[in-house]
Amino acid sequence: MTEVHAVAPDEMEAPIFLISWQKLMMWGFIITDALLFAGYLASYMFTRLASDVGWPAQSEIFDMNFIALMTFTLITSSATMACAVKAASEGDRKLTRRYLLLTILIGTAFLGMQAIEWSHFIGDGARLTGNPWGASGFSAYFFMMTGFHGTHVLIGVVILLITFLRTTPERLIADKVEVAGLYWHFVDLVWVFIFGCFYLL
Amino acid sequence: MAVAQEHAPQTFISKYVFSTDHKVIGLQYILTALFMGIVGSALAVLIRAQITWPEKALVTPENYISLVTMHGTIMVFFVVSLALVSGFGNFLIPLMLGARDMAYPFLNMLSYWTVVPACLLVLASFLVEGGAAAAGWTAYPPLSALPEAVPGSGLGQTLWLLAMALFIASFTMGGLNYIATILNCRARGMTLMRMPLTVWTYFMSAILGVLSFPPLTAAAIMLLLDRHGGTSFFLPEGLVFGNETLPHQGGTPLLFQHLFWFLGHPEVYVLVLPGIGITFDLLATFARRPIFGYRTSVWSLVVVGFLSMIVWGHHMYVTGMNPYVGEYFSIATVLITAPFAVLGLNLVASLWRSRIRMEVPMYWALGTIAVIGLGGFGGLFLATSISDIYFHESFFVVGHFHLMIGVVTVLSALGGTYYWFPKMFGRKMSVGLAKLHFWTTYLPVVAVFALMHFQGLSGLLRRYYDHTIYEFQEAGIGLALPITILVFVVTGSQLVFIYNFFVSMRRGEVASANPWNGTTLEWTAPSPAPHGNWPGALPVVDRHPYDYDPAAPAEADFKPQGTVA
Ligand code: HEM
Ligand SMILES: [Cu+2]
Repeated sequence: MTEVHAVAPDEMEAPIFLISWQKLMMWGFIITDALLFAGYLASYMFTRLASDVGWPAQSEIFDMNFIALMTFTLITSSATMACAVKAASEGDRKLTRRYLLLTILIGTAFLGMQAIEWSHFIGDGARLTGNPWGASGFSAYFFMMTGFHGTHVLIGVVILLITFLRTTPERLIADKVEVAGLYWHFVDLVWVFIFGCFYLL
Repeated sequence: MAVAQEHAPQTFISKYVFSTDHKVIGLQYILTALFMGIVGSALAVLIRAQITWPEKALVTPENYISLVTMHGTIMVFFVVSLALVSGFGNFLIPLMLGARDMAYPFLNMLSYWTVVPACLLVLASFLVEGGAAAAGWTAYPPLSALPEAVPGSGLGQTLWLLAMALFIASFTMGGLNYIATILNCRARGMTLMRMPLTVWTYFMSAILGVLSFPPLTAAAIMLLLDRHGGTSFFLPEGLVFGNETLPHQGGTPLLFQHLFWFLGHPEVYVLVLPGIGITFDLLATFARRPIFGYRTSVWSLVVVGFLSMIVWGHHMYVTGMNPYVGEYFSIATVLITAPFAVLGLNLVASLWRSRIRMEVPMYWALGTIAVIGLGGFGGLFLATSISDIYFHESFFVVGHFHLMIGVVTVLSALGGTYYWFPKMFGRKMSVGLAKLHFWTTYLPVVAVFALMHFQGLSGLLRRYYDHTIYEFQEAGIGLALPITILVFVVTGSQLVFIYNFFVSMRRGEVASANPWNGTTLEWTAPSPAPHGNWPGALPVVDRHPYDYDPAAPAEADFKPQGTVA
């Protein structure tokens, strides 16, 4: 905290949130980004409710078992991430690196599954501009929301990779691992909402 | 603690261009806004000239709607927001809290340098093919979503969207910085309930901005996809362009309106609240008594902030919304007037048993209070769906929103400039010119927008290139000329201000550290405040921000909020 603060904290009133500036900014980012996704999801619901052509039945178009597997995969990665944060806070560098690597691998697997999912969808005739099943918003929202979310996962994987590489034998940056973890959990949580609103409802 | 001085930047570039000092950044914002304000006012004069003398056809109809769009966009985001929220906010928050700088000075610099390219994009959009954006400052589809709709819907609209994206990024960085600073960087003893009301309003303003901009970002991305990706988020079936039916299907422009106003309404409070906060602070200093109802004011601000996020539908009464939904939005909006009235009454009550000193900033503070009342009065008619259906898109609306987001904000920013000028430059502005500026600005500008209400009552509609060709609008046309003459007076009057500003910067009467005998912390710092704000230790706060005593002898009627060791 002190390294970037322009003020000498000992002169000041106690801060309301005594957390590092990275963490505070990550929370700020998460709040704004969550509202961005909320904007998408609300728009999706609005469009779907206002649609005068029938909404395609998701379960006939998507392989729901596959989607459930994707969801399970991502949730698993949240668990391994939590283990990494815990290991980092206990100063166990080796275990931290192991869990980070595991999280990265699972995250990449999720991205791979998403690529498969997209290629099926596109192969079945879905486009950004429309689709064979009815309301054009169906595929447009699909590509926009899962694309946006996938980009977030990709960025998360890169962040984790950087964190992994910086956890060299000499250093353990528990705080950085924790901030990366915050982001990762957030991205997973967003998926749960997309899964719920887009695939299940 | 001489740390601050040792780190003071030395070269011109690090001191005045890529500075991380909150005061320099604040002034950079203010000067940028001043420049954009000149552009925005020039557009306003052109708009007035066109609707006053339509037979001269000063501009083409396509360009006219671009002028209106860009005037609105520039004034809201690149003048009022930049000057009042970003400019004064940056300058005042650390000084009033007793901090050496913002929590994240580098982020602060980044946020300023993100908004500069946004300004350039806005200016550049006048020069591109088709001209600047023409879908209104609200950017409603389909004009904004179909690049071929009108000339301004092309590259101009794309640049508009890019500029807004940069603006939002900048505002978000700035807003998070405000929140972090207010929560974490207060001088010892400066509890939240001892913060000057100005800081409280910036706090609410930043929270509202950070919470309400993201959905607009989502809308902007969807708009870009509609424009360039062929999607139909906001475009319904059956749009005909030329002789062709467009392939779009399934979208609704109403969705955009919801997303826009979910930001748009809180944005009004983002702009107006700091104006009210500054008015509170000027009032305390020149009424020489504590603010009436400090605590109720703080809680009213919080309630206003919350309610402002759930009333956006009052901009959409005529969209055919379900009458029950409309009724909800009416009731919620009228509810806002309760905490707002508390704020207004606290302002007025702060004059009770006071010892008013009619110095220059006080003129502006008192003037602002009157306009808050006038603007709020008009708002009641627009809040109620029954009357709004008649007033919608009329000059009544134009008069109303200018009073609130134009006049309240600009008057308080001008008052604030006269008040804090000594802290910025160590000198005072000329009193004679300031009074000339006040009377030639205040009376005409209030008259201009008050008269617009009557134009609206008589049926004159906004965003019209030529009202004279519609019989039903005839009744309101007679007022156009008097309004425009007054607009010329107001505009000319600002030249007096600009002259006073720049000349006083160098030649004004030298000011002491506390020229107005104010109590808040910024007056315990030297004038102009150095890098790090206090040359020695930071002040220690031991009382509430407005400890004035109108019964005490004139020179001893105040106790500074904190003392510097
Ligand atoms: C010199 C002072 C000003 C004058 C004379 C002026 C005049 C006008 C006029 C004549 C219009 C167009 C009405 C129409 O649609 O026909 C307009 C629109 C607008 N003005 Fe101003 N204005 C001034 C300052 C401001 C300020 C300070 C703001 C800051 C918030 C502002 C915000 C707007 C907005 C948001 C619109 C609506 C644009 C749209 O319809 O898309 N104006 N103004
Ligand atoms: Cu509103």
